[in-house]
Amino acid sequence: MARAEGTAGVGQLRGARLWPGDLHDLGQTYGAAAALLLLILYNAVFTDRFLTTDSVYVNLTQVAPIVIVAMGMTLVIATGGIDLSVGSLMAIAGALAPLIFQQDLPFAVALAFVLPVLATGGFGLFNGVLVTRFGFQPIIATLVLFIAGRGIAQVVTNGELQPFRNPAFQYIGLGRVLGVPFQVLLMLAVFAVVAWAVRTTRFGRQVLAIGGNEAAARLAGVPVNRVKLAVYGISGLLAGIAGLIVIAINSSSDANQVGLNVELAAIAAVAVGGTPLTGGRATVVGTLIGALILQLLRFTLLSHGVPDAVALVVQAVIIVAAVFLQRQRQT
Amino acid sequence: MTATGPLLHMEGISKVFPGVRALEEASLAVGRGQVHAVMGQNGAGKSTLIKILTGAYRRDAGTVTLDGQPVDFHSPQQAQAGGVSTIYQEVNLVAFRSVAENIFLGREPRRLGLIDRRRMHAEARELLERLGVHVDVARPLGALNVALQQMVAIARAISFESKLVVMDEPTSSLDEAEVATLFDVIRQLKAAGVSVIFVSHRLDEVYGICDRVTIMRDGRTVDDRALADVSRLELVARMLGKELAEVRRSGATGFTDATHHAEQRLLEARGLRGAGRRLEHADVQIRAGEIVGLAGLLGSGRTELARAIFGADPVEAGELEVDGRPVRFGSPADAIKAGIGLAPEDRKSEGIVPEMSLRENLTLALLPAISRYGIVDRRRQQEVVDRFIERLDIKTTGPDQKIRELSGGNQQKVLLARWLCLDPRLLLLDEPTRGIDVGAKGEIQALINELADSGLGVLMISSELEELIEGSDRVVVLRDGRTVAELPHEAVSEDAIMEAMAEGPAGDGEEQGGDGQG
Repeated sequence: MARAEGTAGVGQLRGARLWPGDLHDLGQTYGAAAALLLLILYNAVFTDRFLTTDSVYVNLTQVAPIVIVAMGMTLVIATGGIDLSVGSLMAIAGALAPLIFQQDLPFAVALAFVLPVLATGGFGLFNGVLVTRFGFQPIIATLVLFIAGRGIAQVVTNGELQPFRNPAFQYIGLGRVLGVPFQVLLMLAVFAVVAWAVRTTRFGRQVLAIGGNEAAARLAGVPVNRVKLAVYGISGLLAGIAGLIVIAINSSSDANQVGLNVELAAIAAVAVGGTPLTGGRATVVGTLIGALILQLLRFTLLSHGVPDAVALVVQAVIIVAAVFLQRQRQT
Repeated sequence: MTATGPLLHMEGISKVFPGVRALEEASLAVGRGQVHAVMGQNGAGKSTLIKILTGAYRRDAGTVTLDGQPVDFHSPQQAQAGGVSTIYQEVNLVAFRSVAENIFLGREPRRLGLIDRRRMHAEARELLERLGVHVDVARPLGALNVALQQMVAIARAISFESKLVVMDEPTSSLDEAEVATLFDVIRQLKAAGVSVIFVSHRLDEVYGICDRVTIMRDGRTVDDRALADVSRLELVARMLGKELAEVRRSGATGFTDATHHAEQRLLEARGLRGAGRRLEHADVQIRAGEIVGLAGLLGSGRTELARAIFGADPVEAGELEVDGRPVRFGSPADAIKAGIGLAPEDRKSEGIVPEMSLRENLTLALLPAISRYGIVDRRRQQEVVDRFIERLDIKTTGPDQKIRELSGGNQQKVLLARWLCLDPRLLLLDEPTRGIDVGAKGEIQALINELADSGLGVLMISSELEELIEGSDRVVVLRDGRTVAELPHEAVSEDAIMEAMAEGPAGDGEEQGGDGQG
């Protein structure tokens, strides 16, 4: 009753296409999940040995670093920003860690986890300072470290491949807990914390408010600059963790390769997952699903003998389709 | 070519946007070599009319005749080719290219297929000198100040052999010396037989440079007069539509008894000045339990004063006191801590977060108070939201409804509740009832009244005289960024407010550079 009076104009507008609109919303929310389910069903039927734990773990371990980075990216994008530097920050973390655990220090391995991640978190804050203090557009601000970051990693390693063997450190990439790869658990933990933070914390609301209407958020007393600093810092921290996982799997650190193109994979996962790049909304589950879709798609194509080059094109098509659906929703 | 009759004649122009009738049978006639002002309050339709002229919008009905020929421009480029150039508030040229390149952008003089730089520079220099502007045309445009950049834009307009130059609030980012330069250029244009349409809110400027004025209100042209024959007061009255005031009875607003028991002084601002020229020297004093009306024409600095008090814009000079102690708010968050809230005029761009729910919008400023260790206490949030939905009678399907789906009046209630749930001491309300349907408007007015009764201090900006007269205990009037009058309750009347808006004592004539009065 109340609604009939108060929102008469809107009600009429929506009333005409209430059902199609709602169906469309439904498609938006569950479309990505449905697509993922289809991919899984298809593989269950047509791909040999797909539903084995090995094959599941292969996919999950491959996607874990991307998901971890994409969680930070989701927060940054929810504020209306973007972070291009994450791939290069992964390379920096990857370059620093071997330097530390190869030293003869007490707690060298523990420090090899902590210090590189703190360093990339600091670089993330640097991105945030450029955006908030100096008013750089996020794409330009983070382009700085996208370019310079890999250079820093190369300087640290003299541009050489650094092979190593350190089981304690490599647990992050090779260890298993009750048979489950450690990095998969780490990925799920990061996902759970970010999803929880967005839903229940003050910080989460403030992130969404800033992305939704920065001027309004500022007038409502939201500490806009501090929140933005935090999201870029978190993005940097998570990139550092992802970098450590990658070098642990590879048993080597290659400043030229670690994290290459991961920023794009993460942005793609966010976009496919339904978080609009304009900010104001964060679909954390969507990002996880988006990353899984892109991973599984590539896996499916490759396991059916489709060349990698073609697989990339198909990925691009999926991204375009996802973003197209989002634009439909906005109008 | 018809040398007689007006240069531009727009007649019977109508334009409807979804849900809004922006123009209804509006007209505009501009004589040859005349400087013609177009004035009106927000939503009067002047910018729509101008945009139809320059091809940015298409008209639904009506005719446009330029130099005796019917025209129908589909784009600003076409309008420019047809002799109508527009100078925008923000100069839209290429900052890092040279002055000469900007003037000839897209049609550089060529020789053997290459740009003839010498000729380009020579012609650019000549154009600028015709305007009395001496500047090195090889310098990048971005190195010049805003006024000179505007001169370059005007030179570009002349180089198109424009017959008509439209200036949309050209002085808003200029200082006084720059305005004087601009006026010299306008006189040059006039002498050369070019007509100018001058859109400005500043009465001094309009009277200083314009020959005629077209006054618009509610999408219609309500008057077209020679400025020499119309007094400032009359002009303001026409803009506000006061000859129609009898239709509305006093008592039409939701305000009941305007006299509240005002006690201790809550806030005092003295000589506040903002960064631009929008706010130059404003004084206002607000006591607990009173509603202070803030009157002034569009562009008089009302919004800027509220934002400066609230810490949303930097304050360059002046004093601000809360409870008799000097303060300076570096950000809205500081002002909120001191118990102040601001409901902005433009709800859509500065108030609501459209994609978020009513619940999140209502509690946005309250978040720090209802969260522990950073985790929002859902139960307390829900209590607050339920309480205010009921108390303010917000019409909604529920707290989870997205705020953009609510009507304007209900959005405004949510925004008021955003502050009220903080239990503030002072509210700055910028046009609290604009764009709100009649029913909700009365409710909001009654609520403001009730709040003041309960001891809250309110600064209420309004363009509606009825609202100010019936709602305020006192009315402070701003003009051109200065406080020009403070009317005690007994002295508040339409005439008194309009008189102060039009010709209040401060800044009259040329003495804008001084300190004004304290």
